[in-house]
Amino acid sequence: MDWFFILEKAILIIILFSLTLFIAMYETYMERKVAAFLQDRVGPDRAGPFGILQPLADGGKMFFKEDFIPNSSEKWLFILGPGIAMFTALMTSAVIPWGTELHLFGRTISLQVADVNIGVLYIMGFVSIGVYGIMIGGWSSNNKYSLMGAIRASSQMISYELAMGLSLIAIVMMSGSLSLKDIAAQQSGSLMGIEGFHWNVFLQPLGFLIFLTCAFAETNRAPFDLPECESELIGGYHTEYTSMKLGFFLFAEYVNMFISSTLIATIYFGGYNFPGLHYLPGNWQALAGTAVLFLKILFFIFFYMWVRWTLPRFRYDQLMHLGWKVLIPLAVLNMLLTGAWMTWF
Amino acid sequence: MIEILFYVLSFVSIVTGLMVVFAKSPIHSVLSLIVTFFAIAGQYILLNAQFLAIVHIIVYAGAIMVLFLFVLMLLNLNKEAEPNKDIAMKLAGVISASLLMVTLTGALHGSVVPEATLAVNTSNGLVKNLGQVLFKDFVVPFEISSLLFLAAMAGAVLLGKKHPSQITDSEIQKI
Amino acid sequence: MCFFMRNKFANYHFRSTVARVTFAARFMETQDYLPIVLQSMVAVGFVGLVLVVTHFLGPRRKGAVKDENFECGIEIQGNARVQFSVKYFLTAILFVLFDVEVIFFYPYAVNFKELGSEGFIAVVMFVTFFLIGFFYVLKKGALEWER
Repeated sequence: MDWFFILEKAILIIILFSLTLFIAMYETYMERKVAAFLQDRVGPDRAGPFGILQPLADGGKMFFKEDFIPNSSEKWLFILGPGIAMFTALMTSAVIPWGTELHLFGRTISLQVADVNIGVLYIMGFVSIGVYGIMIGGWSSNNKYSLMGAIRASSQMISYELAMGLSLIAIVMMSGSLSLKDIAAQQSGSLMGIEGFHWNVFLQPLGFLIFLTCAFAETNRAPFDLPECESELIGGYHTEYTSMKLGFFLFAEYVNMFISSTLIATIYFGGYNFPGLHYLPGNWQALAGTAVLFLKILFFIFFYMWVRWTLPRFRYDQLMHLGWKVLIPLAVLNMLLTGAWMTWF
Repeated sequence: MIEILFYVLSFVSIVTGLMVVFAKSPIHSVLSLIVTFFAIAGQYILLNAQFLAIVHIIVYAGAIMVLFLFVLMLLNLNKEAEPNKDIAMKLAGVISASLLMVTLTGALHGSVVPEATLAVNTSNGLVKNLGQVLFKDFVVPFEISSLLFLAAMAGAVLLGKKHPSQITDSEIQKI
Repeated sequence: MCFFMRNKFANYHFRSTVARVTFAARFMETQDYLPIVLQSMVAVGFVGLVLVVTHFLGPRRKGAVKDENFECGIEIQGNARVQFSVKYFLTAILFVLFDVEVIFFYPYAVNFKELGSEGFIAVVMFVTFFLIGFFYVLKKGALEWER
């Protein structure tokens, strides 16, 4: 047994987890600050300078609130629901390449937890499993609003999963691999004479728009936040939840937002590649690549918030109309156009 | 290492499989079935059939089980609405289950178990090779499967959709 | 033991039989999944720990009325085990069908360049059937949410 391999991966996983949770925590702060900025307000400013400690205060409050379980609910499923939601959110980061390779202590350390050769399908798999947390949580609460929110959420998520899968096929056709590492590495080529700028977004603009829309719907973010629309369903599927179980549902949403921003950056915006990356020596290449990847991720997280505070919510029939009658035909068209272009031109 | 994993996964799949049958609540049955599917996907990975493993998760655990959960949530699961299980129903269940068992034993008895399973080319299950086989040697069955999907769609629409004129007011009232 | 197969020097000790080598080759692919198992253990540990800790940290006050479900402050009418519109069911069943078809495209997409125009024509035929089914479903109004 190669214990160094296990140790190396364990350290990487721990770093990744802390980073994910830290970013998810500060996304809540960022969301409130962005909302305040867009609405010409100040936002949270009491806890620490510029309110920078606000997420800690919120997190502490989550821990010390009463852990309420309604007496007519299915107790164990009620606990299982948020657990599954958080678990699936944390698992997707395993196949994402966070940078090139580091050379330390005479070893080559890949900045990716697992380079499986079905990476894209692994992500689709966890996206499809993600429905269960919400469904089980909403159903076991034995509350009509929760049930309605859960059914809406799962219907919406499965509908947009189809268009998402179809839009990714065009990318796989171009790269010839399902491994995200290959997809990221292939974007280091040159486009119009600029090295490291061969980003898929320039070759697949339509696919990118479809994927982006589906990513919004899969994370239940505005304008697709019908499962938890306050004006109709109180809190949606997490109406009955309190304490850290509620925290898990909310946290899972922010983790998912972070992961889907990472996916958009990795699949369509070159991942860790940027013009001039290959001039850097050795380990600096890996570090600079990771830093640039996080800049791209931060931009897309900001984009999520920007959209949330700009667009109004869809109606349910409009949502289904968009998912089934617009995005799926468009994604099939995109796939066929890509295929025809690459076969005959 | 690989053997320990094999036994752990087999144990999990058998135990959860039994839970599917013995669980009182249908929701618990469905959830145990999902765990069974994950254990079986693990077995596929041990056999290096990676594509099959992930498709098993996406299609069975991620799509068909969601449909099952939907159906269970669609049904009225209150205690008083439970269907009555009289002697005739139980007898029918026992008979059909024993028939299935006879068929399975017969099929297993007649089949030949290949000896050298280890020496076969184990990269068969990778997506690349699978696609080559599917789109070169089995193109016609692949096309025919699309007709099967067409038939399934027609069936689903026929069963699930009433003509707008037949919908009553009480059905519109449902959530 | 089999992790050494990646090491060039350790190779000599194990190359004795064919079966051993295929076994090792099989394991080298499977080894890619070990970190995923590791990550799932960390994730389960984190989720379980937080759920247990938070259960004991907060206060607990029981009460027959307090532990009831929330229903906008009015008394609860029945429970949430109600029947649903069949549209959701229809969406789910169509999703299962289309999902399997989408999965079929992946092995093709990976082999896209090798299969060339013959493979592409096969897929275009498959997509045609897919679209016929899709437009049939639309025409029948199965996805009409307004009615």
